[in-house]
Amino acid sequence: MGPFLLKRLAGGLLTLLVIATLCFFIIRFAPGNPFSSERNLPPEVKRNLEREFNMDKPLWVQYQLRMKGYLSGDLGPSIKYYPKRVNELLLPSFGTSLQLGALGFGFAILLGVPIGILSAARQNRIPDYISSSLALVGICIPNFLLGPILVMVFSLSLRWLPVAGWPESFGGEELLKLLLPAITLGAVHVAYISRLTRAGMLDVLHKDFIRTARAKGLDERTVFLKHALKNGITPVLSYAGPMAAYIFTGSVVVEKIFNLPGMGQHFVDAALARDDAMVMGAVLIYSCLVIAFNVVVDVGYSWLDPRVRLT
Amino acid sequence: MTAAALEGRSPTQLALRRFGKNRRAMISFWLLIAVGLSTLLVPLVSPHGYTIQKLENRKQPPSGTYWMGTDFNGRDLMVRSFMGGRISFAVGLLATSVSLLIGVAYGACAGFLGGKTDALMMRFVDVLYGLPHMFLVIIVMTILGRNFLVVFMVLGCFSWMTMSRIVRGQVLSLKEKEFVEAARGLGVTTPAIISRHMLPNILGPVIVYATLTVPSVMLQEAFLSFLGLGISEPQTSWGLLISDGAGALNPLRIFWWLVVFPGSLLAITLFCLNSVGDGLRDAFDVQQK
Repeated sequence: MGPFLLKRLAGGLLTLLVIATLCFFIIRFAPGNPFSSERNLPPEVKRNLEREFNMDKPLWVQYQLRMKGYLSGDLGPSIKYYPKRVNELLLPSFGTSLQLGALGFGFAILLGVPIGILSAARQNRIPDYISSSLALVGICIPNFLLGPILVMVFSLSLRWLPVAGWPESFGGEELLKLLLPAITLGAVHVAYISRLTRAGMLDVLHKDFIRTARAKGLDERTVFLKHALKNGITPVLSYAGPMAAYIFTGSVVVEKIFNLPGMGQHFVDAALARDDAMVMGAVLIYSCLVIAFNVVVDVGYSWLDPRVRLT
Repeated sequence: MTAAALEGRSPTQLALRRFGKNRRAMISFWLLIAVGLSTLLVPLVSPHGYTIQKLENRKQPPSGTYWMGTDFNGRDLMVRSFMGGRISFAVGLLATSVSLLIGVAYGACAGFLGGKTDALMMRFVDVLYGLPHMFLVIIVMTILGRNFLVVFMVLGCFSWMTMSRIVRGQVLSLKEKEFVEAARGLGVTTPAIISRHMLPNILGPVIVYATLTVPSVMLQEAFLSFLGLGISEPQTSWGLLISDGAGALNPLRIFWWLVVFPGSLLAITLFCLNSVGDGLRDAFDVQQK
């Protein structure tokens, strides 16, 4: 376990370095700069601004300064919201995005896995058909279409749920605000996860050890939930890694639809305003999340299937 | 013995025959052609121009004159939806061609050269896989400007990795086959071996994966346009139209047609493309890696 985590930590840092370097040079080699959009900036002001953001120094020095900042945990100054730092802008919204992602993720797993188990248990019967039609809907209705439709139906027409916003306190009515965003974010993945669980379970149910379990008189419930599930769920776990990336990308859209104060909106605004420190900060935080998530998934994998060695 | 009974069938013919028997795939195929033709024809025959604003006819629900209603600037939504469809289809097809070109060339090179070069080239693909590519696409888009050309080039350049892996795997195994050895023994040159003997054999998987790339690219384009980072006005696409519709959501009056019509067109198209892709995959029996 120890060596494995160290190795993954090193690999993760390397990936982050590649991403940071790539972003930095893409942004810097592009024509124009953040101040070119502002009309008639006096040359002295422009020079001062460039000095403030280290843009008057050679590219290589800028790169080193930026990387040194990252090593000490400083994401640099924001250009758009000067004099605020990227850290103080992104950290509060980071919590929102993380919670939103966790909600979408939890929704997808908690709904997808039971539907998958049910359709494996009742193969080619009603639950199976329901889950396969759900999967079709998931494939052809992307989250940016599902979100507005859910708002129209449940918030605006039926008036059951609040339209938008982030709960001010975590209790009672306020929590209802999280329902539609979580569904919007997780729905596509419910479809995939239920199909993967179904396939994985069906694959396992033909194995000898299941026959043994049944032969020794265990009831179906125990056979399914204790013996088959642990083996049948591994395909879901290998999907969970890429899913983390999709969920965090998707949360950008969901934050826009439901007007949530997450990192996504900051990221899009910053990209449009060419606020490079802000853009890089957001990309790096998202990447950290995805990398961390993949490590968790790998550990989970070896826990479910001890034959898989963590290397 | 009759000659007809012995008529040979190529694997491609057999696959197409299997595809023809798949009902869902066939229906999707014809539906897709119908949507595609409508995007070409509707703007031609419609009495409304797609940029013509009639401010006295703003926000009208679907009616006899405006079958899909009008938007906030008094433009006919039907013409705009099908014009947007043109762009979405064009982006999907062009970006797929870009990814096809890069992916096939890269994969074939890696597979054919083999050894250290192959290992290095595939390692690079692994690194690209690990990057959060949607975020990089967004950065590149904002830098290069938001227009049609940039959208499909950038999306194409970021989606060739899986294709290159598939092609490489195929080339690696074909390289060792007897017919390639025979061709070499007969003195056929390397370019001729690749184009005459190998390409026809990898065509099946390549077509299948390309068909599945189209919906994924269209989805990405819609995603970008929804965020305001893809296609920009006065041009339009399904993602942009849905974004306009979503922006118009308010508690006082529901402009449902602004979301529902472009949204259904997008959903139908994605569904059909995925069904056709799945059908082709089953017909050609491609193992995806």
